Amino acid sequence: MAVSVKNITVPRGKNWVDNTYIIPVIKGLIITLRHMFKKPIVLYYPENKKVLPPNYRGLHMLTRDEQGREKCVACEMCSTACPADCIRIVANDSGDVWKDNFENREKHPIVFEIDELRCIFCGMCVEACPEDAIDMTDMHNLADYTRQDFIYDKERLLGVYDEYIKRHPDHAKRRDGEFKAMKNSSYFSVVSVENAKKPGGH
Amino acid sequence: MSHDTQIKKEPSNLSSKQFRTDSPLIDQIPGRKRQILRESPESELKMEEFLLNVGPQHPSTHGVLRLVVALEGEVIKRCDPDLGYLHRTFEKISESRSYQQIVPFTDRMDYLGSMNANWGVAVAVEKLAKIEVPERAEYLRVIVSELNRIASHLMWMGAFGADIGAVTAFLYGFRERELILDMFEEICGSRLTYGYIRVGGVAEDITPKFDKLVREFLDILPAKLEDYHNLITGNPIFLERTRGVGAITLEEAISYGVTGPMLKACGMPWDLRKEEPYSVYPKFDFDIPVYYNGDCFDRFRVRMDEMVESAKIVIQALDGLPEGDYKVKKLARNIKPPVGDVYVRQEAPRGEYGVYMESDGSTKPNRVKYRTPSFSNLSILPLMTVGWKIADLVAILGSVDIVLGDVDR
Ligand code: SF4
Ligand code: SF4
Repeated sequence: MAVSVKNITVPRGKNWVDNTYIIPVIKGLIITLRHMFKKPIVLYYPENKKVLPPNYRGLHMLTRDEQGREKCVACEMCSTACPADCIRIVANDSGDVWKDNFENREKHPIVFEIDELRCIFCGMCVEACPEDAIDMTDMHNLADYTRQDFIYDKERLLGVYDEYIKRHPDHAKRRDGEFKAMKNSSYFSVVSVENAKKPGGH
Repeated sequence: MSHDTQIKKEPSNLSSKQFRTDSPLIDQIPGRKRQILRESPESELKMEEFLLNVGPQHPSTHGVLRLVVALEGEVIKRCDPDLGYLHRTFEKISESRSYQQIVPFTDRMDYLGSMNANWGVAVAVEKLAKIEVPERAEYLRVIVSELNRIASHLMWMGAFGADIGAVTAFLYGFRERELILDMFEEICGSRLTYGYIRVGGVAEDITPKFDKLVREFLDILPAKLEDYHNLITGNPIFLERTRGVGAITLEEAISYGVTGPMLKACGMPWDLRKEEPYSVYPKFDFDIPVYYNGDCFDRFRVRMDEMVESAKIVIQALDGLPEGDYKVKKLARNIKPPVGDVYVRQEAPRGEYGVYMESDGSTKPNRVKYRTPSFSNLSILPLMTVGWKIADLVAILGSVDIVLGDVDR
């Protein structure tokens, strides 16, 4: 290739003061230094945590009714609505074994698994559920060692509910028309978020 | 994707009323010029082309974009974008999901302007299935998408500042964007992947707290914008790095299908909210900012002005918010639109966002195609960067405002 030499014109200011950019730097510093006297906007995470709204789309939970049984009737509305195909439900007739505990239900899930790695946290399962049996919590700091650990089974999802309801005892009102009133109350203040205990744990 | 330095300028067939034809020639703008390589027979220096890989893991590429840059010294001779690192087959996924299930996937395309991405799909399905949306829902859609535009531009301003070397702007932009994310979190429970605009309306009604947050934010926004202008716009270092840099003419922009703020910076007030009014936009009073130089600095100015205009729309929509339902009351779980196709286009923060959807009468669309603004805007990058120095590449790429999720889909 032929030899080329470039003609470079360096833009110059009117005088040396302009060329040092000292004045704009000072101007900028005045703006930035003003912020030293303002209240910091950051939180000292994880000691302090942000208050998350009750409709936050975090980890799922399976809710319990007053008698502590899971509300789910294994209708599979949620797994049908799920765009990510990450809910697996195996339904069982309530049958004799379950008669005492589930007398007014035709079905209940014997397997209910959500793959939280596949999940895109869209909240469509929650909207689809006719029984308010599945809901989402404010737990978002999920971490685990293996992919298998992210498949939450029924017991774990119920465990999430137990954990969550300790912090938010009136959560059951969320869907009962009082949702709006609750949203604007200061009730939902999160102090600490811990992962639900795993059965048989690690 | 290699391009010659010279591209053929096709005469534009747009009427001259639509844009100013007497815009100052790019060469007359104060600021730096493209480098002209001169042959010099006396010199014994040998110059060789040098290939440089920028990305795909480079912070200045705003994601996973690879640029193959051919350099001569410091001057760019060729610049080929290499795309596809973030390709997630969203078009194909959309074709295998029911109509309502498409919406959450569009969040992941333009993740800085998710509200607009949701909206396009929702409107396409509504048009196919002939669903009437309540007026309150339309207002809410306008409010959230304009807030999203402000958030997107704030984020862009920060990132662009950081590209140029003004890292403080990055923090300020994020600080204000955070306030908007708080509002979205309040209404839809998520900070990035909103999925708020759904087929048949919006996911949830707004709360009084949302209203309060928006009004508070709009109150402080002018002062914050002034701060940014003092910090960045008036700064000679910033001016020198952006004025005249990466300038394109209107004809070039149109021939490459460039839309959004990049086109407005070339002197054409093309905005689909005005040109092809959709939703309830005709009810609001707002302007389209236009600048005429087509360089990085004008793109910056367009976006800064757009934030003001968006704020105007939000406050008007919030004041005029009608009572009523926020979504269609009875919507089938599986929508089965009649056979047909539809193309919906809207003004997203980055330009024209289009959704083509074809129904074969079943519960899933037969074909979905997304026309995303970042992809078309990026296509002009090879032309824009030739003749500029490698350091300007970062400024030029930053001014395009690409979101790689939007480019690759
Ligand atoms: S949040 Fe969305 S992706 Fe996750 S389980 Fe529910 S429906 Fe499926
Ligand atoms: S969680 Fe709700 S929607 Fe899902 S199977 Fe149980 S009852 Fe049905």
